[in-house]
Amino acid sequence: MRTLKRSCVVFLAISLIFGMAAIAQQHGGTLIFARGGDSVRLDPADITDGESVKVCQNIFNTLYEFDLGTSTVHPALATGYEVSEDGLEWTFFLREGVMFHPWGDNPSYEMTADDVVFSFERQYDADHPYHIGDFAYWGYMYNYIAKAEAVDDYTVKFTLSRPSAPNILNLSCFTAMIVSKRAMEDMGVEEFRNNPVGTGPFKFGSWTRGSEIVLDAFDDYWNAPYPYLDSVVFRVIPEEQARLIALKSGDIDIMDSVTPDNAPLIEADANLTLLEAPGLNVGYVAMNQMIEPFDDILVRLAVNHAVDKKMLVDTFYKGRGEPAVNPMPSNLWGWNDEIVDYDYNPDLARAYLAAAGYPDGFDTELWYMPVFRDYFPQPKLIAQAIQAQLAEVGIRAELVTFEWGTYLEKTEAGEHPMAMLGWMGDNGDPDNFIYVLLDEDSATVGSAGNIAFYINHTLHDLNIAAQITADVDTRIALYKQAQVIIHGDAPWLTVATANRMVGVRSYVQDYDLNPVVKGRMEFVWRNDL
Amino acid sequence: MLKYTVRRLIGIIPVLLGLLVLVSLLIEFIPGDPARVMLGQHVSEEALETLRERLGLNRPFIARFGIYLGNLFRGDWGNSIREGRPILTILAERIPATFELSFAAMIISSIVGIAVGILSAYRQYSLLDYTGMLIALIGISMPVFWLGLMMIYFFSLVVPILPFGGRLTTGVVLNDVTGFYILDAIITGNLTALGNVLRHLVMPAIALATIPMAIITRMTRSSMLEVLRQDYINTARAKGLSSRVVVMRHAFKNALMPIVTVVGLNFGVLLGGAILTETVFAWPGLGTWLLDSIYARDYPAVQGGVLFIGASFIFINLLVDLSYAWINPKVKYD
Repeated sequence: MRTLKRSCVVFLAISLIFGMAAIAQQHGGTLIFARGGDSVRLDPADITDGESVKVCQNIFNTLYEFDLGTSTVHPALATGYEVSEDGLEWTFFLREGVMFHPWGDNPSYEMTADDVVFSFERQYDADHPYHIGDFAYWGYMYNYIAKAEAVDDYTVKFTLSRPSAPNILNLSCFTAMIVSKRAMEDMGVEEFRNNPVGTGPFKFGSWTRGSEIVLDAFDDYWNAPYPYLDSVVFRVIPEEQARLIALKSGDIDIMDSVTPDNAPLIEADANLTLLEAPGLNVGYVAMNQMIEPFDDILVRLAVNHAVDKKMLVDTFYKGRGEPAVNPMPSNLWGWNDEIVDYDYNPDLARAYLAAAGYPDGFDTELWYMPVFRDYFPQPKLIAQAIQAQLAEVGIRAELVTFEWGTYLEKTEAGEHPMAMLGWMGDNGDPDNFIYVLLDEDSATVGSAGNIAFYINHTLHDLNIAAQITADVDTRIALYKQAQVIIHGDAPWLTVATANRMVGVRSYVQDYDLNPVVKGRMEFVWRNDL
Repeated sequence: MLKYTVRRLIGIIPVLLGLLVLVSLLIEFIPGDPARVMLGQHVSEEALETLRERLGLNRPFIARFGIYLGNLFRGDWGNSIREGRPILTILAERIPATFELSFAAMIISSIVGIAVGILSAYRQYSLLDYTGMLIALIGISMPVFWLGLMMIYFFSLVVPILPFGGRLTTGVVLNDVTGFYILDAIITGNLTALGNVLRHLVMPAIALATIPMAIITRMTRSSMLEVLRQDYINTARAKGLSSRVVVMRHAFKNALMPIVTVVGLNFGVLLGGAILTETVFAWPGLGTWLLDSIYARDYPAVQGGVLFIGASFIFINLLVDLSYAWINPKVKYD
């Protein structure tokens, strides 16, 4: 009996050990990530397209990085930071022993403050010898950084021209990736764009233009035991159906940008897994308050009650998303879950119109985007549906569109009565939505991000206060207040937040469907080796 | 013949110049701010203005075009705004892919089209003839896009015998000597890569060949029918020559000129970048690059691409014209 018991214990112990080994991450293998277009260039400071960002995400690191699946951050190339009382000096303490990838005949070398300063200086200093490029994101997101300087080999100080609480998140984004100073000086900017050198989990291998980029695991990566994979291939397959077939056949392992129509096909395949998570985006119809009658709150409320958002999400997003209540997605911290959305109520809409002096409705224009985005997968059809619903309450909207560049130009100039637009978050901070899209500072005619031209001084004060204070709880409270104000003023018809979807072969594990970071392969492994 | 050739070559220059002016004007009139299109929505006004300045967009069209032409005559085709790389470098990467695909498609369409056309003409109004014409009709009516997806679905998924797309399977090593993968595989003696490249080429080449094949089939048939009705064909038959000799040696050779014209024209068109085929089969050729450049308002890239395509088309037409003298000794050029 005792022997039997002992045998059982031994058996259970062995099973446990093998069981644990079976679920432990395995090193090795290659994964092929298929996307719809090629990268343009691999200098992270000088890119704006998502395909370049995805690849750079694996070659470079930032001082802080986003946690898995969320928009909160943790130390990466920096181990910590301090902020001065006035919020104008941010001092970062760099991690020691971080190595850059070797390149050509040049060996790896350790990252120091010089590399960090170089990575930022070349962006803001127009006279810098390596200030070659457009650096489009710098002016948009980082223009409050006046200076970066090395205090010592492992300490960098940023001096800001104004306090900015989102700074830590901004420094976690792709524009703030740290490049190798020596490599860029060695090969020049133009060559560096095609042969990037960073500290990331994967080093650049090869680039067959229009076809694929191969990255190989970096053995001296600072964040051991990552990466698990031996290599990653970013493959270009422009046509979505061809991407799906390639995923089903096993020719690729990860399919990017799954649309709602194809999601069920992936879910129905036992060899595939559909990864789905709320996106960091919002689609909306802005009502231009510089043009009558949208300067009247009653008219704006009428529009909000006239449209059945659930129907739009069910029909055009195939349920892969949710009706938007607030001007930021519900997966973003600071989202106010106490706000009750305007219900679909055509009678109430008509009552509001009558009270506003439009018992017979009015004629107007509804501008719709000529391009599709996650937040508006079928903009023309969605516009037609909104047009029909508005017509039922008496608002006769003519559909208008322009070429995309012209559309942006004209909406920024405030030429539209109502216009569809949307936003995909850059840094996982509510400021990136509320301040950029609805603050009075963003309502400059000709370059407006706030295309509702909505002016509310109380909202502005809340936004500025939230930018200045670093305390997260305080910021959450401020943004929740801001959302209440915005809801009451109804500058938009907030339409929907779309889910992000990626299809993977079932052996692909731990792919991070992060709201901010895309294409990060650092933690991914295969369980079929 | 030499004088004629030189005259034609010199004549290419004003044609290309006219083409460049036309394309440049068309791009100029496309609505929208190129800087905005390139940098997107998340960008500061300063960055937009800096890019406009860098691209010379604040200068008048005449000034920009003049500078471009001046550089062109010095051999400088400019840099792609989007990629920041020389246009000539990009063309050198993309042209081999498009050329290989187009050439393969032309071979398939010519062999099949001419064979079916000859048979249809020889057996006019027979089942063979009707089948041939039906195939031609289907070929010209079927959208290449749809055909391509169906082929991928069937041959890559249902009966997985061919790769879904691209030029080479990831992991297959091939030294890039010329950029023409078939040639590179042969030069380096890499039979594994050669087999892989050919397997990748099969589906896109067949898909791309369907429309030219249909056109060549019908042209061959009608041209052969015209020749087969000639008196000298009856004479040849009366002399006791075999059908094969009559058709191939006498009729076909005399029917060749319009067929060669059509083959040449189609090749020129295909070299312009088979955008749909390249998109469906993820083929990294000229067509998809040019399309992306148009969307991005990458002026130098569009101008460079169109210049190359125009020159190729004109050059191929010249070769077709010169071939007439070889096909028909009565044709003289001076």
